[in-house]
Amino acid sequence: MAKRQKVLVLYLKFPSLEAEVISWATFDGTGKKLHMTGDSDEPPYPTGLDALLDGWRLFQSSQAIPEYPGQEFRTSYLKHEFFFEKLEEGDF
Amino acid sequence: MPKLLTTEQMAEFASSGCLFFEELIDEQTNKEFLDDIGHTSVENVESVQTYFDNIKSTSSIPRIPAGTPLKDSYPKNSPLEKILKNEVVDGAIKSLVGSNPLVDHQALHLTFPTKYFKGANQRQMSQQNHQDSTIDPRSTFDIQVFYFPTEVTKEMGGTRYHPGTHLRVVNEFGIAKYQNIKGQKSIVCKPGTVGIFHNGLWHGAGVNFSEEIRYMFKVRLQPTEKQELLWDPEKKYKPLPNRALYWSDEVKEVTINDILMKSYPWQEADTNRLDKINVVKFWRLLTGHKKMDVDYWLTRIENELY
Repeated sequence: MAKRQKVLVLYLKFPSLEAEVISWATFDGTGKKLHMTGDSDEPPYPTGLDALLDGWRLFQSSQAIPEYPGQEFRTSYLKHEFFFEKLEEGDF
Repeated sequence: MPKLLTTEQMAEFASSGCLFFEELIDEQTNKEFLDDIGHTSVENVESVQTYFDNIKSTSSIPRIPAGTPLKDSYPKNSPLEKILKNEVVDGAIKSLVGSNPLVDHQALHLTFPTKYFKGANQRQMSQQNHQDSTIDPRSTFDIQVFYFPTEVTKEMGGTRYHPGTHLRVVNEFGIAKYQNIKGQKSIVCKPGTVGIFHNGLWHGAGVNFSEEIRYMFKVRLQPTEKQELLWDPEKKYKPLPNRALYWSDEVKEVTINDILMKSYPWQEADTNRLDKINVVKFWRLLTGHKKMDVDYWLTRIENELY
């Protein structure tokens, strides 16, 4: 049996897993489903904690980086990023 | 006579980064535009490339060197001249980028149905989210006029966009990893609809699962003058006085300040406050009221006594 990785990326309203999901992306290494930009208007989970409760393993989260002096009001990318994975076994 | 935008529409643009005018262009002009680009039934379209090449070789859409004044860009009475001279479009352009904007570029976006991808053995994917061009930290802004000559149904995908993202400075496809963003919208519209985007608005082309080709024509315009009170030449706009914060009475009337302070579902709890501050800064530039504020966001942090 081979193993394949599924990746779920959640962007949260504030930097804690109990926060509401505001953006999300899924990449399915099993090839069962092709996810793409704009494919769902509702998040897969209401919060990051709900993803953990459903078996997703957190493997990376964004760091808190102090705003650069003079650039405190510059807004840019979404800040609170959490990467999760699930490994799936099967004949791929 | 151009119909200049109202202060409410300007505030909506400052907050969301976009404006829409549904079914604005008349049926005859839509037909002239489609005839000009050689629009045909999808059965007659052999491949994506041949169709696109044919449009480029036969349509009257001119090649416009970047930086050409808009007024010198399109032949008189051509469909695009009529669309851009429509009193509402003309008024919106004058309100946002002034009387003598330059054409940065124009593009015809075609989004093809599934069968063309199957035929070419390609994966049919939507376009990822992006901000056009490159990192743009200016206070000056450009606009992108989007014209939809045919109906766009939900199945056809539509241009996806994210209201309120225009003041976030990012590097083009650096936002491509955000597959879905709460509050995302797609332009589903009737023929003749025109949308106007701030150049910073995050967007992407949706995937077309219909049987028809989706069309969108875009012109990016750059101002040559300061974008201050262009919609209000008599300079009647006056900022509203401060209102009580938190411990306040319920007010049902929606004011300009309420439009400016709108929150969007994708905003983080912390950065949402910076987004509001940036809208106030943008509104200061648009109105020329350099000390104006909404809900004390800037006055509070400008009270530096040391």
